[in-house]
Amino acid sequence: MTEDAVAWVLLAVVAAYACAGGTDYGAGFWDLFAGGAERGKRPRWLIDHAMEPVWETNNVWLIFVLVIMWTGFPVLFQTVFTAMWLPLALAAVGLVLRGAGFALRKPTQRLAGRRVYGAVFAVSSLLTPFFLGAAVGGLATGRVAPGTEASADAWSNGTSVIAGLLTVAATAFLGAVFLTADARRFDAADLVGYFRLRAWCSLGALAVLAVVGLVVTREDARHVHDGLTSGIGLTLVLVAVVSALATAGLLYRSATGWARITAVGSVALVVVAWGLAQRPYLIPTSLTVSEAAGATTTLRWLLLVTAIAVVLVGPPLVLLYRLDTAGALQPLTEADLRRTAAGREPEDP
Amino acid sequence: MNSAIDHFLADGPAQLLPARELMAFTLGSHILLVPFGVALPAITLLMHYRGLRKGDAVALLLARRWSAVMAVQFAIGIVTGTVLSFELGLLWPGMMGRWGDVFGLGFGVEAWAFFLEAILIAIYLYGWRRLKPWTHFWLGLPLPLAALMGAFGIVAANSWMNTPRGFTLDGSGNPVDVDVRRAIFTPMFGPEYWHFVVGVVLTAGYVVAGVYAVGWLRGRRDRYHRLGFTVPFSVAAILTPVQFMLGDSIARSVFHKQPVKFAATEIVWKTDTHVPEYMFGRLHPDGTISGGIKIPQLDSILAGFSPDTKVTGLSSVPAGDRPTATQATIAHWAFDIMVTIGSLLLLLALWYGWCWLRRRDLPRSPWFFRCAALAGGACLLTVECGWITTEVGRQPWIVYQNMRVAEAVTDTRASTLWTMLGLVVVLYVLVFGSFLTVLLKMSRRWRLADEGAVTAAATGDVEGDTPYGPRPLSTTGGRDGGGA
Repeated sequence: MTEDAVAWVLLAVVAAYACAGGTDYGAGFWDLFAGGAERGKRPRWLIDHAMEPVWETNNVWLIFVLVIMWTGFPVLFQTVFTAMWLPLALAAVGLVLRGAGFALRKPTQRLAGRRVYGAVFAVSSLLTPFFLGAAVGGLATGRVAPGTEASADAWSNGTSVIAGLLTVAATAFLGAVFLTADARRFDAADLVGYFRLRAWCSLGALAVLAVVGLVVTREDARHVHDGLTSGIGLTLVLVAVVSALATAGLLYRSATGWARITAVGSVALVVVAWGLAQRPYLIPTSLTVSEAAGATTTLRWLLLVTAIAVVLVGPPLVLLYRLDTAGALQPLTEADLRRTAAGREPEDP
Repeated sequence: MNSAIDHFLADGPAQLLPARELMAFTLGSHILLVPFGVALPAITLLMHYRGLRKGDAVALLLARRWSAVMAVQFAIGIVTGTVLSFELGLLWPGMMGRWGDVFGLGFGVEAWAFFLEAILIAIYLYGWRRLKPWTHFWLGLPLPLAALMGAFGIVAANSWMNTPRGFTLDGSGNPVDVDVRRAIFTPMFGPEYWHFVVGVVLTAGYVVAGVYAVGWLRGRRDRYHRLGFTVPFSVAAILTPVQFMLGDSIARSVFHKQPVKFAATEIVWKTDTHVPEYMFGRLHPDGTISGGIKIPQLDSILAGFSPDTKVTGLSSVPAGDRPTATQATIAHWAFDIMVTIGSLLLLLALWYGWCWLRRRDLPRSPWFFRCAALAGGACLLTVECGWITTEVGRQPWIVYQNMRVAEAVTDTRASTLWTMLGLVVVLYVLVFGSFLTVLLKMSRRWRLADEGAVTAAATGDVEGDTPYGPRPLSTTGGRDGGGA
């Protein structure tokens, strides 16, 4: 069925955003908790260098999520953005602050200015994923149905809060794992241990939150809870747990390259498990995939556009990450921009 | 109070006005960055090519500096653009819910193109130091194509809102039988797209050239300024007459495909032949016009090359289905400002072309450079005006003749939206203010460096590029000659 295929694409893109964007938010999370200007100097230096070339690409996935939602499942888009008005509006504000903070921090030279932009970037790195996660958690509870008006109840319940916290913890985990790998890549031996410890801690926090989440969702989000604790959903969750534990072990053995893969795998598997647990609903238990689907011709075209895009965008994306991990991507330095060339003498004195 | 304003407020629910203002403000801000997102890579690559081809160090320095500017500008553009896709849902859920599957595919194309652009721009911006010079250039070359593809998607969606088709309505008014190809290639698509593409390239060209025109006026007459001025200004000057023709043709397309919008932009009240053209002026709700310069017959001649051409007037449709007198006046002024600036730019381009043909040199008059310095700002104004013309001229429809703006708007309380608008205005003023400050500081640093005033400081400040610590070992080997 076409709409199922599009739903799979949507799920895959959400998983991609969770992993790519999540890593990026995680870097911001650790920027926030890196301490004062002096103590946080080294971690922040690493975060800056690791994020710079890829952060924009990492965050463009979100635009796909939105576009596939409104083109493929217009009713879903309308419902989500009506019912979850405030958390999504706050997430949008967070996105502006975060991007602007990060982009403006680099070319700013005075320390005071950098502190302000850095703080803005770091705080919104925490709030944005929280609100996005809370919105998703709220959907799972069944409090939202087509026609539901915006209300605080939809996103200020136990499941929403736990989902928001889980999202933040997952971003912190991804961020720490990737930064451990980056620390090795940039030959910063002291930061390998620093971020490895943080990766382990965030994994611990994830485990605690997951257990709390299981208890909370039992009554509050029955459909998703059942899907995640039985059948294929449970299988995927267990594989994700194994994968996360493997990440912890790989970090211990300093196999940071593999650790990145297992970390991404564990987060992606949880997202996919969640998606499967919602079946056949896009919004449990009021809107099924087939009810929400847009015109069939559009869905077919959407799949075609997706296929073409995979062919066109895939290779450059691989190239970008390869160049990045190979250390071929570096920002221009002030020296590059200042090098005064011959021909700068006045030509008609 | 003015009855036009009462009508403006009364034609929909209370949240309509703040939702409109919020969309207008965020889109109006984002649109100022669009020319640079689409065209600055192309202009930079042109300079880059020149630098590599002729071994021109000055050209390479300019290309490097422009790409440093691009890095900040592109980031701000991405975040303000993401806000817009949120706002489609936050402010106009009614439109997206009903029509998303009809016209959304254009956005799908745009999203992928934009993703490609983000990837390529990252490789280009961060590839200067370590990639081989020509490899670096070739990897950057698909950037303008990706940008044009992205523009394709966005303009397709907007032109669909102006001339929607590619669907039929069922009994309950919902679109069925979607024909995606017809929905993307709507009658207004071609004219809007080319007008947009040429418009953004020439805007970016005039703005970049304007920076060096100011330097020139301040006496910095070196090869660096000459090159920084000549390349973007030539691109813009060549495109100006092209844009003039395209602008004329899009106005005629509007005349044929959206006669009511044409009537609004030309403040034509009664359907008639021998219609006069008004330069500026103000339309009143009773159809009278005050102020402005009246040129007899001209509107008919412009619309159909003959004074006998019949021009549809605003009064041909019921009051509720057409822009109000205030809205028509806004669209008319925006249109006239755009046309006036376009005509002045054409004169400027001719001045430049004349000097170049005669002497193979820049004009000598300081007035030329004063005008050139203003041209960039004027172009940004026309970008705003063009957008106001097409959006306000379509009122009260969000999907022309199929859905009113009032039907599409969110149910969120007006007070919440006003609060959000206040927050966003403060936020954007800060972000755009910081953005400009950063650009000015960058340019000042470079200028001081060029004047040799801080040469000593520069050598002592090797960490200047890294915010929080020493550079990694792997990069300290003096391998920063990439691209040169």
